[in-house]
Amino acid sequence: MTLADFIVTNAPALLVAIPLFAAFTCPAIGRISAAARNLWVMGAMLVTAAIAFILAFRVFSTGTVIYVFGAAATHLAVPLDSGGIPIRIIFTVDAMSAFMEIICAIVGVSVLLYSMSSESHNSNLEGYYALFLLMITGVFGMVSTGDFFNFFVFLEILSLASAGLIAYRIDGGLAVEAALKYFVLSTLGAILVLFAIGIYYGQYNALNIAMIAQRMQFSMLDKIALVLLVAALAMKCGAVPMHFWTPDAYSMAPSSVTAFLVVASQASLYGLFRVVFTMYNITMNCVTVGWIIIILGVLSMVVGVTMAIPQKDIKRLMAYHAVSQTGYMLLGVGVGLAVLGNATLTSAFGFMAMEGGIFHIFNHAMYKGLLFLTAGAIFYRIGTRDLNKMGGLGHTMKYTMIFFIIGALAIAGIPPFNGFASKLMIYESVYLFNPILAIIAMVVSILTLASFVKVFHSVFMGPQLPEYADVKEAPLPMLIGMGILAAIVILFGLFPQPVVDMLVAPAAHALADQGGYIASVLGGA
Amino acid sequence: MDLTAPVLTGYGMWAPVAWLAAFVAATIVVYLLWKTGESSYKKGTEQGRPYLSGNAEPEKGAVHIRASNLYWGFLQALKGYYDAIVPLHTGILTDYMIWFVAVTAVLLVIVGVLS
Repeated sequence: MTLADFIVTNAPALLVAIPLFAAFTCPAIGRISAAARNLWVMGAMLVTAAIAFILAFRVFSTGTVIYVFGAAATHLAVPLDSGGIPIRIIFTVDAMSAFMEIICAIVGVSVLLYSMSSESHNSNLEGYYALFLLMITGVFGMVSTGDFFNFFVFLEILSLASAGLIAYRIDGGLAVEAALKYFVLSTLGAILVLFAIGIYYGQYNALNIAMIAQRMQFSMLDKIALVLLVAALAMKCGAVPMHFWTPDAYSMAPSSVTAFLVVASQASLYGLFRVVFTMYNITMNCVTVGWIIIILGVLSMVVGVTMAIPQKDIKRLMAYHAVSQTGYMLLGVGVGLAVLGNATLTSAFGFMAMEGGIFHIFNHAMYKGLLFLTAGAIFYRIGTRDLNKMGGLGHTMKYTMIFFIIGALAIAGIPPFNGFASKLMIYESVYLFNPILAIIAMVVSILTLASFVKVFHSVFMGPQLPEYADVKEAPLPMLIGMGILAAIVILFGLFPQPVVDMLVAPAAHALADQGGYIASVLGGA
Repeated sequence: MDLTAPVLTGYGMWAPVAWLAAFVAATIVVYLLWKTGESSYKKGTEQGRPYLSGNAEPEKGAVHIRASNLYWGFLQALKGYYDAIVPLHTGILTDYMIWFVAVTAVLLVIVGVLS
């Protein structure tokens, strides 16, 4: 077996093994020199991202990839002597998983490159990079695993690493307090997830998602498990009214970490969608659960944007917008779920709504990541997040200003940036479902634009302030990190249909096709 | 693969490349119109200085409108809403947990009993 064959065959395992290994060896490498540590960390991230792309290419070309740990062959999901139960740890990478892996790979590389400059003046960078790589491990594991207990394990890895990084700057105790809030709520959510897993295991003798989906009866216990999972994962992705941790954690974490926390939240969103579509699908009351997700989405959109407008801290403001944008994803996919049992409505607009919501996950990761990185660049140069103390930075931080404009226009859904394409798909499909919901979504976009006009004016416009006369542009690695995300925002905005055809539609199909997911794991037994 | 293919939403369509072409064409027309105008601006003269009814120009920092002064009217118009929604964001961890538990309880009733 050549190295290339080895990598292609074992890509799902390498996706978590490489960042995990790099994370735990990072402190040792750091003893050699800072340059060696940076090279090690960046190299591990680039290799992991390359493997993610290889795996995604394989999935989008040939279909779902199954990887069974410890089996004689990587695709043998059900051992002959297991009584028909897939007892081994299995990674099931379908188009939806591959879609999420691409997001994680792109944002991971951009953010790590940015961190090389933004965190260079801080101490204990071995710990920082180790925790960051553990976050990468957690996200890749959550979106790849086909085993629900493993999902819980990777969720915990992600939560612990995220809490550590939120507290990283300490900041007079404020960052630690924010991390504590995040940690306690995450633990509470994880307990509910574990409880739900116990319910499934007690009923179906299985932890494998495909197996549970195949045996799903939607009993009262299944309903309780569903609620526990929906509540826990909706809280983890920052849905209103369980969003309160978001502005605290997002604003106090280093901006590079915040940009990746957006992806971490989306991994929970992925988990939520995986539960309702793959595990329950039409066995549950799709209308009721669909409307629950829609209402959570609308509340998130409205409360998120209205709470953003009066904010004076640039990162708190952006954090509330992250909550608001999550609402669009919940709305789009919620509408798709609400009409899942009706083939006519699904083909008329339900599937388009799902595609819009899923496309928005990608777009949001790019432009929101970009916006948090611009906020970090501003903080890096002037040392404050207070919008009232800013002004005139457009005179000296021209590239950062351009990147901010790109991100701001994209989040507000202004053509031709990527946010417009996915929002249009959501508006028009949701309008056919319920016009009031579509109108609310459009009003929220207008308020988003208004909010970012305020930020743009407060930060970049006006005369050059005397206190910032010596401010320079952000360092080159930070600009490159922002530039990668900005380029994707523009490219995906100008050429959205190929993205929809190649990535989004297969992901939406994979999510909706419960039978295909089950067959990919159990069919080859 | 057609890179320039429009997005079909089932209700309408979106062709960003065509939109961009129209935008560029409109920009060129605007530029040509602007070029036909008479240039009367002279850099480095009194024209470039602000006229404030004869008063002295304030400090640079004093003329910049700060973030808190923006959207005052919007916030006043929605004062009732903000008076209700802002105090819910207490920053207290136990409150966050109560919201989480309460939402879970409401969902249990909706899904467990009503569906």
